[in-house]
Amino acid sequence: MKMLGSDAVLRSLEAEGVDVVFGLPGGAILPTYDAFARGTTVRHVLARHEQGAGHMAQGYARASGRVGVAIATSGPGATNLVTPIADAWMDSTPLVCITGQVRTTLIGTDAFQECDITGVTIPIVKHSWLVQHVAEIPNVIKAAFHIARTGRSGPVLIDIPRDVQEAELDFTYPADVDLPGWRPPKRGHAKQIKEAARRIARAEQPVLYVGGGTLNADACDELRELAEVGGLPVVTTLMGKGAFPETHALHFGWPGMHGPKWSNWAMNKADLLVACGARFDDRVTGKLAAFAPGAEVIHLDIDAAEIGKLRHADVPVVGPLKDVLRDLAVELVRLHAEGEGRRPDAWIQQIRDWRAEFPLKYAPGRETLKPQRVMELLQDMTAGRDVVFTTGVGQHQMWAMQYLLCERPGSFITSGGLGTMGYGIPAAVGAKAARPEATVICVDGDGCFQMTCQELATAALEQLPIVVVLINNGYLGMVQQWQNLFFDDRLSHVHLTHQVPDYAMLAEAYGCAGFTVSAEDEVEGALQAALDSNRTSVIDFRVDPQEQCFPMIPAGAAALDLIEFEEGEDAKVARPL
Amino acid sequence: MRHTVSVMVENKPGALARIASMFARRGFNIESLAVGPTERPDVSHITLRVDCSDRSLEQIQKQMHKLVNVLRVQELPPDEALERELLLVKVAAPPGKRAELISVAEVFNARVADLGADALIFEVVGTPEELASFEELVRPHGIKELVRTGRVGLARASARPAPRRLAVLR
Repeated sequence: MKMLGSDAVLRSLEAEGVDVVFGLPGGAILPTYDAFARGTTVRHVLARHEQGAGHMAQGYARASGRVGVAIATSGPGATNLVTPIADAWMDSTPLVCITGQVRTTLIGTDAFQECDITGVTIPIVKHSWLVQHVAEIPNVIKAAFHIARTGRSGPVLIDIPRDVQEAELDFTYPADVDLPGWRPPKRGHAKQIKEAARRIARAEQPVLYVGGGTLNADACDELRELAEVGGLPVVTTLMGKGAFPETHALHFGWPGMHGPKWSNWAMNKADLLVACGARFDDRVTGKLAAFAPGAEVIHLDIDAAEIGKLRHADVPVVGPLKDVLRDLAVELVRLHAEGEGRRPDAWIQQIRDWRAEFPLKYAPGRETLKPQRVMELLQDMTAGRDVVFTTGVGQHQMWAMQYLLCERPGSFITSGGLGTMGYGIPAAVGAKAARPEATVICVDGDGCFQMTCQELATAALEQLPIVVVLINNGYLGMVQQWQNLFFDDRLSHVHLTHQVPDYAMLAEAYGCAGFTVSAEDEVEGALQAALDSNRTSVIDFRVDPQEQCFPMIPAGAAALDLIEFEEGEDAKVARPL
Repeated sequence: MRHTVSVMVENKPGALARIASMFARRGFNIESLAVGPTERPDVSHITLRVDCSDRSLEQIQKQMHKLVNVLRVQELPPDEALERELLLVKVAAPPGKRAELISVAEVFNARVADLGADALIFEVVGTPEELASFEELVRPHGIKELVRTGRVGLARASARPAPRRLAVLR
């Protein structure tokens, strides 16, 4: 069928089954926006900033398990997508970004709003295309979605010059892709899986170290099966949070810099680590040489380049985790039937004892509101609900990790690898677009909030209601904590104040509901009102600026060097499990 | 340790930039790089020379495999591969010195590619080590300019073929 390149973009998105895209128009992408105006089944959510559109697409992808799509114009529109692209690259979030480009006749002339965005993004995309001829559009879009979601998922970028969007082509959407250089692994090596099962059966102190790759692979049921069959304790990384039900008897917290002592000790004392879609990030391992020093490593991953990148793998298995984990469980059952690998419960009991002995603790607020208390109440009030949490980056993110219990895949959406402040609000908007029936809650900090709060307008006007639980301590809290701990309390440019802006008023200015809470007995009422309102709401929790996030393993230190909460007489044991 | 890596890539815009960027981003240093066409118009060949540990080499190969335009990555071990390089050198050669220079050149199968009033240009093909020796021999005569292509390599005819992804190309 004859049509314009711009229409071909939309017909291709429709053919990919895309229901929502996030974007912001501008000069070089105008023809494609005109195609939206001519009609499409694709819903377009108008962001207020292209970075917001990108994070929305990420939130959508993480909540739905599908590919997120963001659209922007050339030049500054495209460069504003760089942060979400880098974020998606680090966290392996499937993302297709479509940018307008100046006309092909103007490329290379420093034309108005010209930027070599394919050049800029080379180090942070799986692949990218500068579309030179209109006839390439369907094949490029087909390939883009294929590459974004297969193998280790991640971002791709399609840059389309304005005259290419305006040119005519004879449109047919291809059934297949022709990518001779893109061959992600299809199956794990059977011998390696057998060997892995044998070592799991033999191990006395095994730990399943579960990362975000497990969620990307949609392998959570298989993971649970393996853990239950093998009686294996599970720790989930920040990116893996939600891959394993956190009220499950075999779940033992989150490893790394702000993970509880019991999780880090379990890793440290393990004789076998089964890394599952995890990449030995420095925020998990601390000092690499002292990380799980006595453990053999089984490394399961779709990406061969992760094997041995940081830690030697005794048994690597490269393949799709869904199949690998299933086969591993089957093999383990077979070994058990042969009488192998029936492990006594002593190891599990040991980790339980550590958890009882070294629980998360904080001092209850007398005059002040404690952020941990807000998290505890939020957890209580949302338990059992179909809830999706998103976060920004910093102390609030770590408290959210520690205090919110996630039961389902895709229920905790955060910026892990890149640590992008401001991720939370737009990611929540995107998650709501993907899962309208779920309650979507953004746990944010006051620093993060001010980086992307313009997207409250998007939430309000696009009928994508979210609840922002703002942990407002008046500081760039995590930076302040580092300055306190590692720079002799010399605070340098971290004070934001509790009062400016007035977050509740700002929320109202954006057409949302605003609440301000500074006492513990007001917390539940405000949360209830926000959860019941079905409007986008911001609750400004003015919390104790002195509160620090513990435990903490300083950067580059070993797990055993963790800094604990200094216990006063009134220390409160949080969250008895 | 120095390694030679042979890479087959799709002949597409940006393919070289993606490879170079990956090296830069991950902190690997390219010592020499030669790009050229192959027997197939849609495939280019890159010969890379890198100085790194075996572990880094493994990372380099794996990371290159992930690039969509890369069809095959193969290390060329010295004893299982042929490596050649082309050198052009402009040497000061007053008439009285020409005969001596040309006799040195004969040993290396160097060809006189151009001749001027007081200089000549030699063209030599050989292993990079042979070129280095030749360079040292002519240096005392006064090298005015010198360029080398960087090495290109192929696995020996007797070596096992590395089919990998090239086989899937139509």
